Amino acid sequence: MATQARRLPLPTLAGRLPQYIAPALAMLLVGMVIIWLGVNFIKTPSEFYRLFLIGLTNGAIYGLVALGYSLVYGILELINFAHGDVFMLGGMLVATMVSSFGLAGDSGLVLWSMILLMLVIVMAFCAVLNTTIELVAYRRLRHAPRLAPLITAIGMSFILQNVGLVWKGARPTSVDSILPRGEVFTIGGVTYTWDKLIVLLFTVPVLLMLMWLVQKTRQGKAMRATAQDRDASAMMGINVNRTISFTFLIAGALAGAAGLLYALYITNIRYDEGFRLGLIAFTAAVVGGIGNLPGAVLGGLLIAMIESFNNGLSWATPGSDWTQSIIFALLIIILVFRPEGLLGEQVPEGG
Amino acid sequence: MNIPGLPRERRAEFDRELRPRLIKGGIVSVAWIVLVIIFSGFTTSLIISTAILLALYAVPWEMIRYGKWVVPSVAILLAITYPYYRDDLYEVPLFGPFPSVDTAVTMTIFIMMAIGLNIVVGYAGLLDLGYVAFYAMGAYTAAWFASPHFGESVGNVHVGSVGVNPEAAGFHVSIWVVLIVAGIFTGIIGILIGLPTLRLRGDYLAIVTLGFGEIMPQIARNGDNLFGTGFNLTNGAQGINPIDPPGFGAAIAGWTGLPEDYLSFNSTFLGKEIGGVEVFYWTALGLLLFTVFCSVRLRDSRLGRAWIAIREDETAAAAMGVPLMRTKTWAYAAGAFFGGIAGAYYASFKGGTFPDDFFFNISVFILCMVILGGMGNVWGVILGGGFLAYLNQEGLGNIGAEINENLGTNIDVPLYQFGIFGVILVVMMLFRPEGLIPSARRKAEFELEDAVDEEYLYDVRGGPVN
Repeated sequence: MATQARRLPLPTLAGRLPQYIAPALAMLLVGMVIIWLGVNFIKTPSEFYRLFLIGLTNGAIYGLVALGYSLVYGILELINFAHGDVFMLGGMLVATMVSSFGLAGDSGLVLWSMILLMLVIVMAFCAVLNTTIELVAYRRLRHAPRLAPLITAIGMSFILQNVGLVWKGARPTSVDSILPRGEVFTIGGVTYTWDKLIVLLFTVPVLLMLMWLVQKTRQGKAMRATAQDRDASAMMGINVNRTISFTFLIAGALAGAAGLLYALYITNIRYDEGFRLGLIAFTAAVVGGIGNLPGAVLGGLLIAMIESFNNGLSWATPGSDWTQSIIFALLIIILVFRPEGLLGEQVPEGG
Repeated sequence: MNIPGLPRERRAEFDRELRPRLIKGGIVSVAWIVLVIIFSGFTTSLIISTAILLALYAVPWEMIRYGKWVVPSVAILLAITYPYYRDDLYEVPLFGPFPSVDTAVTMTIFIMMAIGLNIVVGYAGLLDLGYVAFYAMGAYTAAWFASPHFGESVGNVHVGSVGVNPEAAGFHVSIWVVLIVAGIFTGIIGILIGLPTLRLRGDYLAIVTLGFGEIMPQIARNGDNLFGTGFNLTNGAQGINPIDPPGFGAAIAGWTGLPEDYLSFNSTFLGKEIGGVEVFYWTALGLLLFTVFCSVRLRDSRLGRAWIAIREDETAAAAMGVPLMRTKTWAYAAGAFFGGIAGAYYASFKGGTFPDDFFFNISVFILCMVILGGMGNVWGVILGGGFLAYLNQEGLGNIGAEINENLGTNIDVPLYQFGIFGVILVVMMLFRPEGLIPSARRKAEFELEDAVDEEYLYDVRGGPVN
């Protein structure tokens, strides 16, 4: 018999490229970014420090929001579009509280206890809001096709945006600047101010507590079990519904904390800010590996750095007009070529 | 009495079908008439229009020979003659008068887009959250090829353009050519976006399309100085205008009486003054009919059945020899094609294109139309699309005015537009996921009790998921 040419399967994009090309391209990209950063560092070191510090601070906030996406995705495999808007409403609540408590001139112990009180209130508010959303919009759809809860998530996001719009109007709501903005230390002619440090000082313990909660406690174990296999964990006596509600509670509380920090640090908030920042934070979660908690924080830092450097650096920089495009392009590249993210082990959707 | 086209032996069956529908429809009609008379007074148009609708609904047309053509042809006839009787129609309680012809043009265009998206979401089951990118692509194609925009940077090209000074700067290609070019161009963009991303499933695909949908308007907004080269591609935030109106040119206009160009057109036809808006409306209707025809034929074709197979069970479809990538890419291309045509025509109707028209809201707005009407069903999508586009253009304002007038309140109803669409999405998904008019196949899927736990509809993953 004549030998027949073996028929190859339909080529896909990844299948057509030799295996080493994708990593090589990635190396090239990373190399170019490093050169870009290096040249900029040599040209304007003080600018570089300043942007780095801004990126670090924003990254902490993005990380907090990204954690919420990551937690929920880990357990339900649902992109909770409404998460960013929960964050936004939290920020608006803080804006209201700051003005109605009259905190503008306070300082010292009064200020700190009030900020702590606001933190508790806003975390509780967002936690309850997020859990309610799960109860209303997602729980009934637990057995529905997977895109059904995704569509209700978009619907909830629109509803919450509308609430924000009606509550505070279409213009940005400014928040009185109550965080101290004095100098902590100076590096290369750039002063590191207290407000930035406070954001980090709030974020780090929250992250550590979350890690402890998920890794060490009984409830965290239940969450991880539910994320792995809902049926099996139900058979093991885990109350799946309660565990999912708890996850939404935690995610909402994180969004509330992020909302407080954002409102106090950026000092203004608008109704569509939550959606925009939510998309960025979701990108951060994907970049880090969705479902992976340290990955979410790392992704948040990375995205914030990209954003800050792209907005501020001068040499060969696309500029702030393109920041969003760059972030989404990164999201698309990561999803297409490495859906498990940079750190991710849990692969919900292998390529 | 014999009914023409109905065999004598089926008469009893016919009556059996007719009677309950007549009773049900009659009760609804009488209730409707009473309601309208109480709130806005009596008009003959109320009785006539209700009688027509009742006749369309109650008579089992499908039993009569050629009867299945009655409902579509009457519907088309009613749509075509709409500008003639619109002024005589009654006022609907709460909603106010029927939509103006101007609004009807927008409605028709949005229905076209919804039908395009329906191919992607409804037939193939791929959630596309960035459909606005295709709309934008179509609109900008029209802006590039039929406006003075490239006059300074590239040069002047005139190909069959009408209503434009032959010396005018910029590219001026006949809008009819531009519509086709926009469709093809957008289809190619759809393929380009689809090739790398369609390997992803479910929500990852949704988020990637969302990414493209966000990048596109940003390119439009910043494209006046593309990559620092100084080349003005999109004219930035000001947008590109004016875009040429459609038209047939002096020669054809001389022979046939068709409008030379739509903007300056003015004539009297069958006792009514016809302006540009009416011509725009009829052209949009023609495009819509073309879209509906293509959509229905595509659905019943080999390709369409492959889409539905992929929607219901991707793995099984692949096992049956359906090439997944190629089939999905075609769904994307087809959806994008109609989105592009609709976008180009809309740009020509509005006379300009602006980057702020292409926000994520529009993607969700069009998705809302598809979901409200019933994913996969063309007639449902037409209904959902028309209703939502009407709400967006006129309805919310009318409702607001009505409420404020009668209750003495001061509610700005259009402010709640976002929230209303959000509520529609949530409520539909929770209580009637198959839409107002579900396709027969979808309905069967949702009614199968034992199939509820399976993920057959959009996405297939290993094993049952709780």
